[in-house]
Amino acid sequence: MIEELLTTARYHPKVDPSLGIWSWEIPVYLFFGGLTAGMMLLAAWALLTRKEGQAPFAAHRLALWAPIMLSIGMTTLFLDLEHKLYVWRFYTSLQPTSPMSWGAWILVVIYPISILQLLSTLRQGYPKLAGYLTPLPLVPAILDFSERHRLSIAGWTIPFAAALGIYTGILLSGFSARPFWNSAILGPLFLVSGLSAAAAITVLAARDHRERRLFGDIDIGLLSLELLLILLLVLGLANGAQPQLEALDRILHGEYAELFWGWLVGIGILLPLILEIMGRRREIPLHFIAPLLVLAGGLLLRWLTVELGQLSSWNDYPLPFDPTLLQKLQ
Amino acid sequence: MKRRDFIKLPGLAALGVAGGGLLSGCQSRPLPGSGEVTVTPTVCEICFWKCAGWVHAENGEPWKITGNAEDLHSGGRLCTRGSGGLGAYADRDRLRQPMLRVEEKGRQRFKPVSWEEALSFIAERMEQIGERHGRDRLALLSHGSGGGQFKRLLNAFGSHIFAQPSYAQCRGPRQVAFALTYGEDVGSPDRTDMANARCIALIGSHIGENLHNGQVQTLSEAIARDATLITVDPRFSVAAGKSRYWLPIGPGTDIALLLAWMHVLINEDLYDHRFVEQHTLGFEQLREHVQSFNPEWAWLETGLEPERIRATAHELGRHAPASLVHPGRHTTWYGDDTQRERAIAIVNALLGNWGQQGGFYRPEKVELPAYPAPKPAKPASDWKAAIQADHPLAPKGISHKVIEACIGDQAQVKGLFVYATNLPMTIPGIADKLNRAADDLELMVVVDTLPMEVTGYADVILPECSYLERHDDLRNSPEREPSLALRQPAFEPLHQSKPAWWMAKQLAERLGLGEYFPWQDYTEVLDWQLQQVGSSLEEMERIGVKTFPRKTGLYFSADDPPSFRTASGKVELYSQLLADYGYDPLPRYTPPQQPGEGYYRMLYGRAPAHTFGRTTNNPVLFELMPENHLWLHPITAADHGLKSGDYARMKNRVGVRGNPIRVRVTERVSPRDLFLAHGFGHKAGGLRLTDGVGGDDGEMMDNIKIDPITGSTGMRATFVTLEKA
Amino acid sequence: MSHYAMVIDTRLCIGCGDCVVACKSENRTPTGLNRDWVVEQTRGRYPDLTTEFRSERCNHCSHATCVLCCPTGASHHWQGSNIVLVDADRCTGCKACIAACPYDARYITPEGYIDKCTFCHHRVAKGLDPACVATCPTHCMHFGDLDQASSRVAELLGKRDYKTLLSGTGNRPNVYYLT
Ligand SMILES: Nc1nc2c(c(=O)[nH]1)N[C@H]1C(S)=C(S)[C@@H](COP(=O)(O)OP(=O)(O)OC[C@H]3O[C@@H](n4cnc5c(=O)[nH]c(N)nc54)[C@H](O)[C@@H]3O)O[C@H]1N2
Ligand SMILES: Nc1nc2c(c(=O)[nH]1)N[C@H]1C(S)=C(S)[C@@H](COP(=O)(O)OP(=O)(O)OC[C@H]3O[C@@H](n4cnc5c(=O)[nH]c(N)nc54)[C@H](O)[C@@H]3O)O[C@H]1N2
Ligand code: SF4
Ligand code: SF4
Ligand code: SF4
Ligand code: SF4
Ligand code: SF4
Ligand SMILES: [Mo]
Repeated sequence: MIEELLTTARYHPKVDPSLGIWSWEIPVYLFFGGLTAGMMLLAAWALLTRKEGQAPFAAHRLALWAPIMLSIGMTTLFLDLEHKLYVWRFYTSLQPTSPMSWGAWILVVIYPISILQLLSTLRQGYPKLAGYLTPLPLVPAILDFSERHRLSIAGWTIPFAAALGIYTGILLSGFSARPFWNSAILGPLFLVSGLSAAAAITVLAARDHRERRLFGDIDIGLLSLELLLILLLVLGLANGAQPQLEALDRILHGEYAELFWGWLVGIGILLPLILEIMGRRREIPLHFIAPLLVLAGGLLLRWLTVELGQLSSWNDYPLPFDPTLLQKLQ
Repeated sequence: MKRRDFIKLPGLAALGVAGGGLLSGCQSRPLPGSGEVTVTPTVCEICFWKCAGWVHAENGEPWKITGNAEDLHSGGRLCTRGSGGLGAYADRDRLRQPMLRVEEKGRQRFKPVSWEEALSFIAERMEQIGERHGRDRLALLSHGSGGGQFKRLLNAFGSHIFAQPSYAQCRGPRQVAFALTYGEDVGSPDRTDMANARCIALIGSHIGENLHNGQVQTLSEAIARDATLITVDPRFSVAAGKSRYWLPIGPGTDIALLLAWMHVLINEDLYDHRFVEQHTLGFEQLREHVQSFNPEWAWLETGLEPERIRATAHELGRHAPASLVHPGRHTTWYGDDTQRERAIAIVNALLGNWGQQGGFYRPEKVELPAYPAPKPAKPASDWKAAIQADHPLAPKGISHKVIEACIGDQAQVKGLFVYATNLPMTIPGIADKLNRAADDLELMVVVDTLPMEVTGYADVILPECSYLERHDDLRNSPEREPSLALRQPAFEPLHQSKPAWWMAKQLAERLGLGEYFPWQDYTEVLDWQLQQVGSSLEEMERIGVKTFPRKTGLYFSADDPPSFRTASGKVELYSQLLADYGYDPLPRYTPPQQPGEGYYRMLYGRAPAHTFGRTTNNPVLFELMPENHLWLHPITAADHGLKSGDYARMKNRVGVRGNPIRVRVTERVSPRDLFLAHGFGHKAGGLRLTDGVGGDDGEMMDNIKIDPITGSTGMRATFVTLEKA
Repeated sequence: MSHYAMVIDTRLCIGCGDCVVACKSENRTPTGLNRDWVVEQTRGRYPDLTTEFRSERCNHCSHATCVLCCPTGASHHWQGSNIVLVDADRCTGCKACIAACPYDARYITPEGYIDKCTFCHHRVAKGLDPACVATCPTHCMHFGDLDQASSRVAELLGKRDYKTLLSGTGNRPNVYYLT
């Protein structure tokens, strides 16, 4: 028998007994970051492949929502900081080895691009809004400019948005100290999930039946790919070292098994996949259910990943003292 | 740099700091020690080892306490508890002002009063007791540095009844056994030369958890030098984990093991012939006595395999005289404790290690003259004959006997002073007697720093300031080298607390005994004493500890042979004195009482983070270890459906149920025993951190085995069962 | 450039926690937050048992994943050595470094920045041992520069068996445990 325990009281908030440094803010940020990336990519794709007719929403309107989603994500990211007034410190250095630093800089680059992207289709997508803005100085000129460069803006959007999408996964997979995260699959997985969420938004928002069909089909592909990547992630854990196996154990047994396989894989991915496939043959009445499930699944994927990663660790010493006793010291 | 520039710079920097502060909302903390640091010498009062150290303050704020490098007690390092000493100063629950028990609307409560009121009250009551019953009817129970002040006060008044729990609840059996055998006590610090020993046997002594600093350091040195360590303990103690031999003995059977060791040492001719022949008395009787106690016999009693008993005896013999059986310290176990300690003393005599390197060194202290003041008159009556006549060999006051002597109309004791001892948690089974004593006493004064359980019994509570805020007598303990150490106030006393010397002097003046305290400030006494030995207060304030040359050798030698202050002048293996008083003259083994079906033996000991119950409310040490654990063997735990982290209660045979205590399931105790650290489970009412937290071993002790020789309280025949909490 | 290391003799460590208290007061760590802690490990069955006590803290990793992931440079190496420090004035409290430390050595201060063991660089700069090392009553802790062959730490690692914690993480820790 091996008994291992701490003999001195230690109960660091958010660190013991397992990490709880990131609660809802970071998963929400990752979700909206991925969604933004997916929207920008789909919008750019629609323009570059000349799908304005077939996919008017994606081509002209989707882009407007990207900076909004990004702003929501950045707000929650900011909310997570413990030392908020120092947020500007992100921009006093570029740390080449830090995904977080890259992420911070990607965000500043992404913002203007996404604005240009939305402006480039604003007059087509939201003529009324464009009408309100036109009287403002410089706006017509900027609108003209971005419309003129619409395609090259779309071209530029692709690598940066892809970087943003992948980064949301790399941010976590860079932490070798957390066995559950330590997998290169997270980058592509989060990118694909972001795309699938963006496709789901399009399915929800598009008025055109054909456009909905198109993005429904796209989502079938993306969801299938996502499923495959999740299986690869699990396989990777299964072939890992002891800490990885322990992390795997948490989704194979215990309370997280149901969340992971039942809610995430089953209801968040498989069910919408099946619904979309069924919807190909004939329009099913509650067509918005599948995309809503996809969105919920996307959020759950981030939330579970963040949670499971924090639970997985290289060491777990039982803390032998009642933590509430230490509160008496406050 | 020009002066003008110099003045300008900090100005700018301050602006910058202010700006940065606005932007950031915070600044990193300055590096420790970058401010103005002052150090004050101190002597630690967190336990009785009395390490000397330094109190550091930075910019006037308490910072840390460290050891004094010149000090042998501490070796320049304080232990866990000593390092946490600032918590004793910072404790928010400290007693703040004197308090008087008053009755209002039929209910009793403590009323905060002025010093003047409290002291006059005490003085009046003392006079009253003197008039009604005689001036010899006050008693003092004390366990702390300032106790001497009150002892002086009561002696001057005419009362000499005095006891310390460190006798009847602690070192009594060892003191008496060594005095009977060698003519002198082991003393404190224990005179074991472990740093130089080649083989050390610990009988119970859980050094490592028992954090007496010098002992830990010298034992550690021995381990580092690969000395053979033998630990005899039913529990896998920390020391057991460091030992070459761990003997997981059946509780209470140590005398059997010791007799078997004697058997092997004598029969296999491993004892020190020269020492035995020159210096001991009664060897032949001993030889005969131990003949039947061979390791096979001991096996049946102790559960230890005969080969292991032999092997450990061989180790002890092989390394003699640099080989010792540690006498232990808390020795009040099963009621036959003087016999066990005698057995330990005798094994050591066979090893010939008295006054030898690696055995027991010769401690020396400084000859420090007392400050010129009238000597209190000798006791008018024989108080020991009056209150502890059934233990004629007891050289000291027996604490629980003193309390018993407070009960009844005809009680010997009419007024009781309690200084720095938390009687209800310290003396097993005393609660009821203490209640009755408090009812019958005409005066009960408790001097403490915290609102501990004992203060609840008082008529008057006097708040002493912590050791960091006061002067006390110079530390002058027997050690390898004689030394003096100074305790100097590092901070002003908080609230209205005062040092013991001040209280005693104030009382003396009110009693017309001022001449016995002829100083305005205690620094006068300290300085005068220091001057007599060629130092001064001023010097000691700078150096804290002063070491003096030895007058004798650290060890005995052929030209400097030992002498023994026993009746025979020899080491008395066979004790005629014991025989004369009707006790066993040679150690006799009595099989211990067994728990019985469904019960476990409760073992208790120390946790390194705490000193008894005095530190569990210390915020620094509470933070390190806020509660104690009840150690259960996995089988025991399974039987009761308990797992680590659950809470359980102990229940003893008379139905007393303890506080909930957190379970630790561990192989480190046997399925027959439980273990917990002493000091938790406070019920004082005013200890905001520790009240109600953890379990109290003392509360479970219903089966106290009084040692007939010393009168001490054997505390280990305690049998409990378990309940889920 | 120095390669600082702490070498702790588990044969001597008694798990007393003095190192934790000494650190707490030396560095005034906020209530409830500790830069070091003590682990007890017991193996076997009664009465065939061994125990090991380990005083643990930040390992001042040679491959410090916390420094690598810090987006602002707040986590950095002190004077080019392996001592890892956090500059509170650059820390955003993003907590990436907490996630990046396999030893869970870091905590968040009430002010919101990240803190942890500094190897007492303020003492090291004065040629003193860290506070925990200087107080340990068993003298089981040693501190020094591994690049100096004559240092006590180099000498001990040269002649005794030792281990480090979680060596599989690749962090190259610098707290060594003599076994
Ligand atoms: N941290 C800390 N250190 C302290 C103190 C403190 O309060 N805190 N107090 C100090 C004081 S005043 C004293 S007196 C000393 C006491 O310290 P010691 O003299 O070392 O006390 P013991 O009673 O010998 O030790 C308790 C051990 O005895 C074992 N034991 C129980 N029953 C038996 C038995 O029948 N036979 C044998 N062989 N072992 C048994 C227990 O399992 C436990 O490990 O500690 C001192 N040091
Ligand atoms: N159940 C059980 N009982 C035991 C033991 C055990 O292990 N278990 N151990 C026994 C042993 S070995 C011993 S030595 C005794 C020790 O017994 P005690 O010396 O009574 O030990 P503590 O419980 O620490 O109580 C000390 C009291 O002194 C107070 N005090 C602390 N510092 C100061 C000060 O500077 N000034 C004043 N005026 N008061 C102060 C504290 O607040 C506390 O009330 O206990 C014995 N009793
Ligand atoms: S052994 Fe520890 S608690 Fe006791 S006097 Fe020394 S430093 Fe203080
Ligand atoms: S102070 Fe020393 S002996 Fe005590 S726990 Fe720390 S390292 Fe171990
Ligand atoms: S132990 Fe953790 S905090 Fe310390 S240097 Fe290594 S990774 Fe960083
Ligand atoms: S919390 Fe502070 S030190 Fe840690 S990674 Fe973020 S900015 Fe760096
Ligand atoms: S080296 Fe200094 S900061 Fe680190 S644990 Fe030791 S005392 Fe604390
Ligand atoms: Mo004691």
